[in-house]
Amino acid sequence: MSAGGTMEPIAVSVPPRTLMTDLRAIRIVWLRDMIRFWHDKPRIIASALQPMLYLFVFGTGMGAGMRPTAEIDLRVFLFPGVMAMATLFTCFFSAGSIVWDREFGFMREMLVAPVRRSAIVIGKALGGATTGMFQGVTVLAVGALVGVPYSISMVLILLGELAILSFAITSIGVLVAVKIKSFQAFMAMVQIIIMPMFFLSGALFPLRGLPTWLAVLTRFDPLTYAVDPMRRQVLSQVAGTDSASFGVSWSGWTVPIALELGIVLATGVIALALASRAFSKIE
Amino acid sequence: MSAVVVRGLRKQYGEIEAVQGIDLDVESGEVFGFLGPNGAGKSTTIKILCTLAKPTSGQATVAGYDVVTQRDEVRRHIGLVFQDTTLDDFLTAEMNLRFHAELYGIPRAQVAPRLEQVMNMVGLWDRRAHLVQTFSGGMKRRLEIARGLMHSPRVLFLDEPTVGLDPQTRVSIWRYIQELKTRERITIFLTTHYMDEAEFCDRIAIIDGGKIVAQDTPANLKAQVGKDRVSITTADDAAAMARLHELFGVEPALREGHVMFAVEDGAQFVPRLFAELAVPILSVSIARPSLDDVFLAHTGATIRDKEQQAEDPMARMKRARR
Repeated sequence: MSAGGTMEPIAVSVPPRTLMTDLRAIRIVWLRDMIRFWHDKPRIIASALQPMLYLFVFGTGMGAGMRPTAEIDLRVFLFPGVMAMATLFTCFFSAGSIVWDREFGFMREMLVAPVRRSAIVIGKALGGATTGMFQGVTVLAVGALVGVPYSISMVLILLGELAILSFAITSIGVLVAVKIKSFQAFMAMVQIIIMPMFFLSGALFPLRGLPTWLAVLTRFDPLTYAVDPMRRQVLSQVAGTDSASFGVSWSGWTVPIALELGIVLATGVIALALASRAFSKIE
Repeated sequence: MSAVVVRGLRKQYGEIEAVQGIDLDVESGEVFGFLGPNGAGKSTTIKILCTLAKPTSGQATVAGYDVVTQRDEVRRHIGLVFQDTTLDDFLTAEMNLRFHAELYGIPRAQVAPRLEQVMNMVGLWDRRAHLVQTFSGGMKRRLEIARGLMHSPRVLFLDEPTVGLDPQTRVSIWRYIQELKTRERITIFLTTHYMDEAEFCDRIAIIDGGKIVAQDTPANLKAQVGKDRVSITTADDAAAMARLHELFGVEPALREGHVMFAVEDGAQFVPRLFAELAVPILSVSIARPSLDDVFLAHTGATIRDKEQQAEDPMARMKRARR
């Protein structure tokens, strides 16, 4: 049976905008990103491969000559940093799909819909954050291969921390993507924003005992406060290690983990709010 | 009630005034053609009507809602098909429509039957599970029309719906548009720079240089430019021309071996011509005034000339890249 032919048109109705319709919009924008990610197998494989290079090749190579302390294998030390790095890049590039959408026209389909622009921005942020989480989890899963000591509580806490990190980075990415018109410019922003964020975060080296200028710079990097809690969580599993001794300090005062995560979360919320505002102004 | 009402609409981009105070009235249920060369202000006007741009001054209502103060209301009641594709190539045809349904908050129970109906209407139901990237240009345009109809809009805006399509596909797109009109109780507002397509519209407005220069039914517009043009070939052109002037008071001219002149009603004139001319006539043809003539009469140039004037090297590059 066909609904076409000579049948009466089925007149559907578009309801007035409510919280429910906005939630549906958020969900479908998120779901679209999920579907596209799932169909993009090369991207999934690539995203699993790159952290392995850091952990096994970089970590093993460098670790042959140095250890942070007698008890800690460099690869275990790097593990949280690599997890953060992988998440960082995945989230940022996922947010970049906004630039693609604009370039290929799909953005218009979303811009003319009777939904709050912030619903679209939130959907995009959740989509990127979910992809980033997926990335973080793949790294988390291979940690055992480099000798990361697991516990259920550690895995759960790391998952929570990854979620906060993913949300914050994607929000920053969405803010950048909304403001930028071309994909080339977006790639330039990776060099200008993401690489410094990554190198200053302490993902690849301990943040204590740095020259003052570098120490100060690292304290202004929001990613620092995402890497540190994860590192302290992982190192607390290593026997004979005082994980707090690795913690980020402000002139001698070790920043509590709750405050660190608060900083990351706040960065994400502010970035997302700014992104929503900028997105609402697009004509 | 009028579907679209525009009063004194202006839009300024920096120094350039793209739309210079236009008035439009589109009746409910009609196919309204917005005709003009590229760069005349068509796309800017459509953007304002679709709430994608704010007018510098003036007012516009669509489906009874103000495009500035009631943006969401307008958006709920309009469908849009843009010149450039706005589909997601990496999703299937059905997913693109479902995305739209969710974004517009269409009640869940209505989504599946409506989706089947609009996809059948454009003949793509069998292809629903295929990725959009496998579609031809014509199929994509049809899918966009289906998507624009998904939420039963009161006004459907089609910005150059047939641009870049081959003649056969253009015909089929027009068939869908005509069908729509009878089936969906919808107002269709479309822009085009194809004169032959404007003929299919119930009414048209001609825009040139940001101003509306004419607005009426195609028949009335053509009637205003006036007369039919008659072209004959004869055994003795000079004698025929002299007789024509003498008998009927027309001003014949000889062009490429044809004697040409204009009369009020060509069809009624031909029998008299044969009866009274007394010079053997070899062939006759009558041309009704076309919309090209209308355009020429109102703007002083053909639409093709206008296009060439307007087209700067950048625009040509951009088009070549597409």
